[in-house]
Amino acid sequence: MNEDEPLVRWDWIHEHYGLFGDLTVEHLKLSLLPVLLGLLVAVPLGVLCARWRGLYPPVLTAVNILYSLPSLALFLVLLDYTGLSIWTVAIPLTLYTLAVLVPNVVDGLRQVPDTTRQAATAMGYTPLRRLVAVELPIAVPVIIAGLRVATVSNISLVSVGALVGIGGLGSLFKTGFDLQFTTPVLAGIVLIIILAVLFDLALVLLQRLLTPWSPR
Amino acid sequence: MNDGWRWLTDGANWHGPDGIPVRLAEHLGYTLLVLAVAVLVGLPVGLLLAHAGRRTAFTVINVANGFRALPTLGLLVLIFLLSAGSDLAALVPLVALAIPPVLVNTYEGVRQIDPRVRDAALGMGMTGRQVLLRVELPLAVPLIMVGARTAAVQVVATATVAAYINLGGLGGYLMDGILLRQYGTAVGGSLLVVLLAVAVQILFTYTGRLLTPRGLRPEPNNRKEIPG
Repeated sequence: MNEDEPLVRWDWIHEHYGLFGDLTVEHLKLSLLPVLLGLLVAVPLGVLCARWRGLYPPVLTAVNILYSLPSLALFLVLLDYTGLSIWTVAIPLTLYTLAVLVPNVVDGLRQVPDTTRQAATAMGYTPLRRLVAVELPIAVPVIIAGLRVATVSNISLVSVGALVGIGGLGSLFKTGFDLQFTTPVLAGIVLIIILAVLFDLALVLLQRLLTPWSPR
Repeated sequence: MNDGWRWLTDGANWHGPDGIPVRLAEHLGYTLLVLAVAVLVGLPVGLLLAHAGRRTAFTVINVANGFRALPTLGLLVLIFLLSAGSDLAALVPLVALAIPPVLVNTYEGVRQIDPRVRDAALGMGMTGRQVLLRVELPLAVPLIMVGARTAAVQVVATATVAAYINLGGLGGYLMDGILLRQYGTAVGGSLLVVLLAVAVQILFTYTGRLLTPRGLRPEPNNRKEIPG
């Protein structure tokens, strides 16, 4: 880096608003689609694990191993099958989301008090309706805690995808490295942190909407 | 995938200064160094916070969780550009990544201890220091080890990314493979990192069990309740 180069060149930032917009949209698609897919798989899987206790230990071991797989390695292995489509990044992130959410769904359902469950049964709830109307709502805070972790870490992990050519705002890091230029790198870091904070707050609000009975 | 296996099983890749054993040793070296620093910082701070007021602790824990939002690749590139390519500076983002799980789990580990246990220890005449070192720390070990495991696995994975700024280690194979379009090298390196991550995960799980005080282990003859 040149000595007289400032840390941030604002003129470069002003010239690239369009680029920031496009990259932000791509970044959100890459990080949030896996959260949705992960949630869609994790809830039924968690329900099954909470019901049949023998199923949980092997599933837990499996998701722990999934979570330990390095993202860059998975991107590279998938590149052969899915090429430069968003799935190369979305599939590994879906697996991580799953790994974070399944234990939370199970813990959330397990902490439903037995008395509550019995009361629902006594009121004539069928097992399915009891699950949807009583048990899952009680588990919402724990599930959302998991969603927050998954969303925030996905938003920051997507940037690694830039190394294989699909990384949303992460491509700014590559630009900065190639040009030996700190401005795009800082812009990328700041935008990613802003996105992470915004979506974290959105999930906190969602939790308040979904559980109006919980203490503030 | 097949190219990857072919690369892995090719004897030529297991020798010389760029051979797999050398790179593996580099990777493990970085991981151990980073983890050691993370434990040296995270453990005492976690223990301290567990005895601090609720407000301070809450803030610090949230900040620690907020670290998750930091994009490591961005920090690596930034530090690389600012430090003019120093190797040790490149380890700073990895340390930043490893401290939060150790710190938060140490905190939670001490917090979840039944207050009656602490009272009993004080009642037996233990000093504050003895309570900390002989009661609270051992009881927190299972959770601390989970934190250390998370940190170790994340560092193994992220040290791969650090190869982007020429830090070496196993990630070097991934970067070479991407740059030179040698798919076998990239996938072979990826498979090695995956194996290493799984090995670290398993190693920490078993070490955690060994370090867990006997009274906390789930054994059939370890009665939790006194009958009658």
